[in-house]
Amino acid sequence: MITKRIIPCLDVKNGRVVKGVNFDNLNDVSSPVELGKFYSDCGADELVFYDITASSDGRKLFTDVLTQVASKVFIPLTVGGGINTIEDFDRVLKCGADKVSVNSGAIKNPQLVKQGALKYGDQCVVLSVDVKRVDGNFHVFAKGGREDTKIQAIPWIKKCVGMGAGEVVVNSIDTDGVKGGFDIELLSKVCEAVNVPVIASGGAGKIEHFTRLFKSIPSIDAGLAASIFHFGEVKIANLKQQLKLNGIPVRL
Amino acid sequence: MIAIVDYGVGNLFSLASSLKAIGVDSVVTGDKKVIEQADKLILPGVGAFGDASFKLKSSGLDVVIKEQVKNGKPLLGVCLGMQMLFEKSYEYGEYEGLGLIKGKVIAIDLPKEYKIPHIGWNALELVKQSPILKYINQNDHVYFVHSYHAVDCSESLVATTEYGKQITAIVQSGKVYGCQFHPEKSGDVGLKILKAFCEEK
Repeated sequence: MITKRIIPCLDVKNGRVVKGVNFDNLNDVSSPVELGKFYSDCGADELVFYDITASSDGRKLFTDVLTQVASKVFIPLTVGGGINTIEDFDRVLKCGADKVSVNSGAIKNPQLVKQGALKYGDQCVVLSVDVKRVDGNFHVFAKGGREDTKIQAIPWIKKCVGMGAGEVVVNSIDTDGVKGGFDIELLSKVCEAVNVPVIASGGAGKIEHFTRLFKSIPSIDAGLAASIFHFGEVKIANLKQQLKLNGIPVRL
Repeated sequence: MIAIVDYGVGNLFSLASSLKAIGVDSVVTGDKKVIEQADKLILPGVGAFGDASFKLKSSGLDVVIKEQVKNGKPLLGVCLGMQMLFEKSYEYGEYEGLGLIKGKVIAIDLPKEYKIPHIGWNALELVKQSPILKYINQNDHVYFVHSYHAVDCSESLVATTEYGKQITAIVQSGKVYGCQFHPEKSGDVGLKILKAFCEEK
């Protein structure tokens, strides 16, 4: 049986992980290589590296550390941030990424999804979408959640999957940072709309939130989180044990 | 020295890195001479069968690989590289494979509650002893990404995985091995599978 995936997300700026804290057995919490290896050893099923660098020098640092991560960590790596052209796909895939996550780049140019899928296969293109409720409708937000594009989220996701997005990361701005649990309503709607893997993001604050996610939406494939893992509030090994005890298939 | 056959398909960085992690020397190459001198071969691949098969044939490496296998050199096909070991594939048409293992490759046909591609970590169900399972236990998990699978290959079947039905995961015929999943992306379990292959005489 296919297992549910647990995915830590690491924000990288100028080649260093942002928001890291101290763990035992970890010398440098800001090192993408060390933190990535640490999570992999703890049982993370996949890693997402998000490049939040603005400068081109920072971009170069990012691809350098990505290469180092890919030479030490042997689980799937997804890379996002600053993916605007097919050349950006090339740039990160050459460094050992397995999947490329597109967000604002796809909003600016939806053909990017198609180009990536045609060149590298559907499995390589991950649509990442930031969603917020506006007057009872789900809107797609751009620029890290600051700008309302007025695009309806569910049709947008369906359109991108139709063009070749092989997975969808749905980040709910409404639940993000609140630590009150994932946005079950939104995620259920996305799962009903598409038949590719859906990854839940935004809102996880404790282990029970993951249990509720997988119990409420049996077709959801993965849960993604950042700070609760980085700050050690939820330990991946414990989380997966608890999921297993609740009858949710996981890789231990 | 292990030769990772480079015929212009897929990213070979992770395979080379994972071999390095288990202390095995490898070279990524499309050079006939280097392939002939290598102790073992790995045939990788991602993308569509037709395109990969065309590239392998037009480079002449299909003949080289078959020759080397005939001479008793161990070969491991990974993902699409595994599918290429079979006689035929029906991915967007009908294409000939290397014909090193009996069987064919067809689309995974499942009720619509199952998502395609089959992406994620799934458990190995071991059905037959094989040197490649030397360090592997029943239900060890490995990482799959594929929409097509090998069928009619019961003679070579070593392990399956359950995804709506039994999906071919590992095959072996003589010294020719194939993994549908990505050992280079399957953590310690994947590294153990590569290690066992590298120890094959």
